[in-house]
Amino acid sequence: MVELSHDFRPIIGRGPPLGAAFITLAILSIGLMVADHRYGQLERVRTWLATAVFPVQAVVDIPFRAWDWMGQSLADRESLRAENLELTARLRMANLQLQRFAALEDENRRLRDMRENSAGIADRVVVSSILNVDLDPYRHRVLLDKGAADEVFKGQAILDAEGIVGQVFRVNPHTAEAILISDAEHAIPVQSNRSGVRTIAVGTGDPDKLSLPFVTVEADLRAGDLLLSTGMGGVFPPGYPVAEVTKVERAATATFAKVEARPTAHLDRAREVLLVWFRPPVPDAPTAPAAAESPPATTEPGQ
Amino acid sequence: MRADSMTRRLVYWASVAAGLVFAIVPLPGWVDTARPDLALLAIIYWILTSPRIAGLGYAWLAGLILDALRGLVLGQHAFAFLVVAFLAHKLQLRIRMFPLLHQAGAVALLLGLYHFIIFWTDGLTGHGYTGWDRWLPILSGALIWPLIVAAGDTMSRRSR
Repeated sequence: MVELSHDFRPIIGRGPPLGAAFITLAILSIGLMVADHRYGQLERVRTWLATAVFPVQAVVDIPFRAWDWMGQSLADRESLRAENLELTARLRMANLQLQRFAALEDENRRLRDMRENSAGIADRVVVSSILNVDLDPYRHRVLLDKGAADEVFKGQAILDAEGIVGQVFRVNPHTAEAILISDAEHAIPVQSNRSGVRTIAVGTGDPDKLSLPFVTVEADLRAGDLLLSTGMGGVFPPGYPVAEVTKVERAATATFAKVEARPTAHLDRAREVLLVWFRPPVPDAPTAPAAAESPPATTEPGQ
Repeated sequence: MRADSMTRRLVYWASVAAGLVFAIVPLPGWVDTARPDLALLAIIYWILTSPRIAGLGYAWLAGLILDALRGLVLGQHAFAFLVVAFLAHKLQLRIRMFPLLHQAGAVALLLGLYHFIIFWTDGLTGHGYTGWDRWLPILSGALIWPLIVAAGDTMSRRSR
């Protein structure tokens, strides 16, 4: 009788033999990795798992939310008054700008109607909270508390009050995972508000820094320029602020300038963001990239 | 005896689940990058002390849950947890005999293997992050190991 393994010795405290279980589970997990990454076959399993772990994420979120709530309900009168004053002042300023904006928007809409192109304006906005859950220390991903049940779709743009925050990259039934514009794997087409130079802003992994690697030395771009989204690619609505150029370095021998920008949105502090539904701009040139992830909710703009 | 092993099993599951929750609790900056992998440490501890209760299946499942929580490639943490659990099982009789500091070194090796597998699969799937600080959890895990042993021993002595 040949024994293949010596693990059957009845030593006290030794566990059961594990070879078969190890090999089965190892093959299973490698199969999972390949199926998920290479073939994207596991959407259903993922949805199911995401639903199963959602309570855990919600539980982790609760203490932070409760703390915020305590802070709000126990805030003293003085700080509330100060906050109120500041908000009133900001509202006054905003209203002042709005008066001009209303006229401008009308004019803009008339002009766009003449070109039969009234697309690109946000149709519907839903406020979503960022769950206090840490997905991965090396990546800028966040978990939103709105999901497929709220008609969130993959590739949806996310904004805050100051500018573009990122986009949705995975939709679960009750949550959605979003990638921020500062993630090293994210890129967004932008345009300088002053000179109209178009380029691409790539995340760096630093929440306060975007990099613009494809700006030629001759391009008219300087520190302080506001970069707006162009709407190319159909993911982001055009004309929203993305970042402000902080540094332009031109070396005489290089083809490309070294340009850095700071996102206008508060990427590392935002707790509430806006999910936007909009009609992607109609590409007027045949070379424009197809809006592969065009939102399904655009046929009937709500509100 | 039977009821006793059932309660131990429950404590095992609960401690690993607590470790998984700890993996997604938001922490400030540098604590976040050096966050010890408490779930994996709990699994190693239970494999070393009671290998008949802590099998490979639950370790694998815990890794899968971590994959679902973190949301990268499915099966990545499951595979890494499985390999570490298997090795811990194999070396269990030896590691148990080590003095505490020596044991912490062995645990650091296991954690290193875990992080290497994660690093490797990250690279294969195109999410590679090559900063030196991604290896910090190995150090923090080894440093926290004596605490885990102390906590676990206190708990099991009380339940006895």
